[in-house]
Amino acid sequence: MAITTRYEVVVGLEVHAQVLTQSKMFCGCSTDYLVAPPNANTCPVCLGLPGSLPVINRRAVEATIRTALALNCEIPEFSKFDRKNYFYPDLPKGYQISQYDLPFSRHGHLDFDVNGEARRAGITRVHLEEDTGKLQHEGAIEQAQSSLINFNRAGVPLMEIVSEPDLRSADEAREYVMRLRAILQYIGVNNGDMESGQLRCDANVSLRPVGRIEFGTKVEVKNMNSFRAIHRAIEYEIVRQTEVLEAGGRLVQETRGWNDARGLTVSQRTKEFAEDYRYFPEPDLPPLEVSRQWVAEIGSSLPELPAARRDRLIANFGLSPYDASVLTSSKPMAEYFEETVRLGAPAKAAANWILGDFSRFLNADHKEIQDASVKPVHLQQLIALIDSGVISGKMAKQTFEAMYRAPDPEPALTAAKGSSQISGDAELTGIVDQVIAENEKSVADFKAGKEQALKFLIGQGMKLSKGRANPQRLEALLREKIA
Amino acid sequence: MKLFQRTIRDLHQMLLDREISSVELTESVLGHIDAVGEKTKAYLLVTRELALRQAKAADDRLRARRDVKPLTGIPIALKDVLCVKDVVSTAGSKILKGFTPPYSATVVDRLESEGAVFLGKTNCDEFAMGSSNENSGYWPVHNPWGLDRVPGGSSGGSAAAVASGEAIAALGSDTGGSIRQPAALTGTVGMKPTYGRVSRYGLIAFASSLDQIGPMTRDVVDAALLLQSIAGHDPRDSTSSTRPVPDYLATLRKGVKGMRLGVPKEYFVTGMEPAVEQAINDAIRLLEQQGAKIEEVSLPHSDVALPAYYIIAPAEASSNLARYDGVRYGHQAPGAKNLIEEYMLTRQQGFGAEVKRRIMLGTYALSSGYYDAYYLQAQKVRTLIIEDFKRAFEKVDALLGATSPTVAFPLGAKTQDPVAMYLNDIITIPANLGNVCGISVPCGLADGLPIGLQVIAPGFREETALQVAYAFEAAADFRKLQSPLMRAA
Repeated sequence: MAITTRYEVVVGLEVHAQVLTQSKMFCGCSTDYLVAPPNANTCPVCLGLPGSLPVINRRAVEATIRTALALNCEIPEFSKFDRKNYFYPDLPKGYQISQYDLPFSRHGHLDFDVNGEARRAGITRVHLEEDTGKLQHEGAIEQAQSSLINFNRAGVPLMEIVSEPDLRSADEAREYVMRLRAILQYIGVNNGDMESGQLRCDANVSLRPVGRIEFGTKVEVKNMNSFRAIHRAIEYEIVRQTEVLEAGGRLVQETRGWNDARGLTVSQRTKEFAEDYRYFPEPDLPPLEVSRQWVAEIGSSLPELPAARRDRLIANFGLSPYDASVLTSSKPMAEYFEETVRLGAPAKAAANWILGDFSRFLNADHKEIQDASVKPVHLQQLIALIDSGVISGKMAKQTFEAMYRAPDPEPALTAAKGSSQISGDAELTGIVDQVIAENEKSVADFKAGKEQALKFLIGQGMKLSKGRANPQRLEALLREKIA
Repeated sequence: MKLFQRTIRDLHQMLLDREISSVELTESVLGHIDAVGEKTKAYLLVTRELALRQAKAADDRLRARRDVKPLTGIPIALKDVLCVKDVVSTAGSKILKGFTPPYSATVVDRLESEGAVFLGKTNCDEFAMGSSNENSGYWPVHNPWGLDRVPGGSSGGSAAAVASGEAIAALGSDTGGSIRQPAALTGTVGMKPTYGRVSRYGLIAFASSLDQIGPMTRDVVDAALLLQSIAGHDPRDSTSSTRPVPDYLATLRKGVKGMRLGVPKEYFVTGMEPAVEQAINDAIRLLEQQGAKIEEVSLPHSDVALPAYYIIAPAEASSNLARYDGVRYGHQAPGAKNLIEEYMLTRQQGFGAEVKRRIMLGTYALSSGYYDAYYLQAQKVRTLIIEDFKRAFEKVDALLGATSPTVAFPLGAKTQDPVAMYLNDIITIPANLGNVCGISVPCGLADGLPIGLQVIAPGFREETALQVAYAFEAAADFRKLQSPLMRAA
């Protein structure tokens, strides 16, 4: 929902994505910082001890180029690292190794949809840098008597993906990040986890009177840890900035933090005393030549990306563009869908289930589809039960919920099959008679001692009963009648 | 002749012949440190126990004739900028007082695996910034040739230790002349290898694009031996070269017959002492007599090397020294009320005046709005200097000149005038900026103080510099010269 205003909204996004590598950006330490005990994964290099030197992790560079190619960027042949100098206790060297004027890539774009309409945002650059450590204050930051530093995260490779100021609403910003996240997951460079900070987003938000070419004063909004937070924070800023301008006020260039609990942004620092990072080329790392052959190899190893998959789902399965977009927004969801269809479920039904109740439950539980106990094989069986008329739609909904809530969905699925089972001899006798009448040869074979023939006859009985016959009773009755 | 007065090569033979043990040798050197250490103040820390433990281990190795290397059992001093695991390493700075690294520099590892004996950490100018050793955060070093004189810097402690007999050899580091200039001022041999020839891993950084570790020895053969053991690629230093390391001893004695040696006219700078100029001209003539072809050459951008250096080196230093903030190790100012105050007090108290001056210079040069005018401009000058050397080396095999325009000056003579102090390095700095190698070899005395001849060779042609230096040393035989502190024993 866009807010009506006589101002045009201008948003640019800076997304930081941790690269899924085994070891850190410039040393051999493990990148595990979420589980490992504090400062367990550190060494002289990532602690910035005197005399230590960085060595580039080639896999992190490869992941950055992979990302840049997926975002249609140019990859220059010559690139280098630079030092960004500033003091902070979580920054062990007093500078961050980053990239300034010769990043690994630039001039790309990202296509995404907003309510089914196609949009494109320019990608200014994708560059590589190192993450910082993490401070833990003993109590609230204002009152804390001491702070602890965990350097496990220091030196974890971090990509910065900068968009052009091409986004024009909170909706566009959210969809941009959703699509970007999907791409990062598709190409296997980031797990897309925003809550733990493995994917972080900052937004530059400004307003300008409709028709004006120059940009207004921009405000940088940080600390948005979910798609919802991105959307709410930008909406909030639009309203706040509009009110300031409407009241004849002036905006100041500043950094504001999103407070999710209170639903507002709070000024963190103004940029009037802009920090001077004194960038200069990192003398400890020689400049890199990125060979065209390497770029070509990385390019040819890229998997199908969300946009292509979306088009394929529309073409192959007749899905609506909207359904196809949502299904492909997450790689695990798209894979779940395709697996369910591959097992025999009709595409439309599979899509409806995944995008309907299933997604609703997952969202409520903050879970991802790959973590659900219900697997494609279960969903396919459930759909088959509906299609064969064994259970009603209403019953299927109840069954699905029971399957979803249980650690093991099998019992609920079996119960659904069983609840409509035909066990009564009266009904079963009719089926048995029909089977015997229609399969004279098999009946003769069984009489001649071929046990195998009975299995076939039971199968025919199950088929006639649309799977509802109680197989044990069916067998007993067949033996009785033929004998 | 006492053991501590001998060279690596002699001692190696004596150790091999079981004429002496490493423990005897080490005790001889430690004894001499006891005798003259208070006069030179060359060491910040003497690692007596470690040295004797290593000497015993070296003796085991020698006895078993197992994996014996040229440095097995040889007592060596390490400049305090080199990290040694579990040994206090401060880079001569109070901000790192008591800092004990949990790891060793690659060169230290290499010497250790050869079985060398570590005598201790030698004094130096704080973070290797200085030309007289008077910027040490602890105390100045006195020149063994005249105790009222400076030993040069920044590797003044290593130079004084080798010159006085307090070490058989030492490692120094050279960013703008910090090995060669003190070698010249103490009558020792000091070599700055080409940038990338020796790993910098574990060298506490001053200026990352210029720093190189190198040998400081009694003679050229020892310099070749020590360089041989520390040179070569290190996967932990991305700026170290993968070029193979030649056998330096194989070409050492080839002489200079037929070699073309260039004399850059710009290296006879104004303010050069007449006795130094005389000694250098004599040295050039001696090499000509040995069959070298002497040519005058020009390195036209030499005059802007010094100003470019004093932009690039402080700029890198301002960033390299940012980590000394009192948060994780080293000095931490007590009683700070907040983070910013802690940073400021820690650095105010921990750094000396020259280090602060260079941090300010470098911070200014990198500031937005000044970067293009200073840092970028200085890098362009650096390119011009690289090209100067390339052109000169199209015509000649090596270059000759003085190492320092003066002999050792009195302590305190230049401490009030930073620019006068900076001028000491005017003919050593171009080799650092130009990615070439250089060696200083003794070429005479003036009023009882040593003079050094500098031989500069193209990048990764250390064997050429060593070959010329050896030819000169052999012909001139200044090797017999010993400092009064060494002789007196």
